[in-house]
Amino acid sequence: MASDEVVLLDFWPSPFGMRVRIALAEKGVKYEYKNQDLWNKSPLLLQTNPVHKKIPVLIHNGKPVCESLIVLQYIDEVWNHKAPLLPSDPYLRSQAKFWADFVDKKIYVLGWKTWSTKGEELEAAKKEFIDCIKLLEVELGDKPFFGGETLGIVDVSLIPLYSWFSVYEKFGNLSIEPECPVFVAWAKRCLEKESVTKSLPDQDKVCDYALWRRKVLGYE
Amino acid sequence: MADEVVLLDYWLSPFGMRLRIALALKGIKYEHKEEDLTNKSPLLLQSNPVHKKIPVLIHNGKPVCESVVALQYIDEVWNDTAPLLPSDPYLKSQARFWADFVDKKIYGYGKALWTAKGEELEAVQKDHLDCIKLLEGELGDKPFFGGETIGLLDVTLLPFASWFSVYEKFGNLSLEAACPKFIAWLKRCFLIQSVSESLPAAEKLYDYVVQMKKKLGTE
Repeated sequence: MASDEVVLLDFWPSPFGMRVRIALAEKGVKYEYKNQDLWNKSPLLLQTNPVHKKIPVLIHNGKPVCESLIVLQYIDEVWNHKAPLLPSDPYLRSQAKFWADFVDKKIYVLGWKTWSTKGEELEAAKKEFIDCIKLLEVELGDKPFFGGETLGIVDVSLIPLYSWFSVYEKFGNLSIEPECPVFVAWAKRCLEKESVTKSLPDQDKVCDYALWRRKVLGYE
Repeated sequence: MADEVVLLDYWLSPFGMRLRIALALKGIKYEHKEEDLTNKSPLLLQSNPVHKKIPVLIHNGKPVCESVVALQYIDEVWNDTAPLLPSDPYLKSQARFWADFVDKKIYGYGKALWTAKGEELEAVQKDHLDCIKLLEGELGDKPFFGGETIGLLDVTLLPFASWFSVYEKFGNLSLEAACPKFIAWLKRCFLIQSVSESLPAAEKLYDYVVQMKKKLGTE
């Protein structure tokens, strides 16, 4: 499409922002990345996401799209010439959307609990987190990716959380690889893709960020 | 080919109501199976092993779970009538955004409205009204959120909206005065048979709340 203007309002450690970065890279879409200060939100952010005031926001030719899974579907529908994120069969599409929703409801929430809670709450979250990863391993089966031979919406939704796994392991005292080797093998396959490696920040940087947040929020 | 459509549901579930409306709008014949949520059927546990929740749409033996996912599935399969989503990707994204807003905001407030009291109740009511006003803004001058016909957002919101007459009685809240556009939209929707026959009568909901409040001791 001639002279598309694409802007992404984002925050570098955000797994939701990472999803959009990966999708845009997969599709070969050129865009302007605007890192946001979440403690001093820009007029552009407040104007383009007045309802939630959150990143990521994809602004395509001046029109904003919010909520990362919705953005992924938008990107897939507009730039439909390559790297499809969703299959064309309605049933398979519904299954992919179901599991992407599961990633949001379960993996993200439980992952957050592993670095922000203590005691019994932490132990319960860790157990459930591993159980949920194992469910995803079953869904993956023998496929290289959730999307089959290529990255699909579930892969793109989930792999950003991998950049936070060192955080979960460090603060939650959790060891993911021995429990979920299939999952870790999948993650390593994703990390062989340029669209993923250039979209995910360094795990150590994410750890430093989480350490700072824990201090600020009083979790230490 | 004779389609076999089954809906695992619970009469009170707003999420189940969404699917009932969509199936009715599209004229899809289906078997409605009422679940006992205190004693979940093997079929429910087998077709939604991850969340073990209703609604579950089972189409020719294949289950689809999560109501907004199921609504989009219904729209894609039975695409010859009553489209729930527009074809333009941007307008689609907006419809999906607001449906997600309903799930994140309206559902939570609804629950709090009939268990909260005093200052907490007032705060919840204010937040709830603010959300309804945002939705009024999104509706604008259109008869329905979907435009001339009912769309995804209308279907997603209607089941919660049907509780509003109940909230008004218990929450001592007058929505008609505060959000007349919203109430007008609601009345317009209820004129549509697919909607009115898919939602439980207000009296049934009211009686249910009276019973629950007695049980919880929060009269």
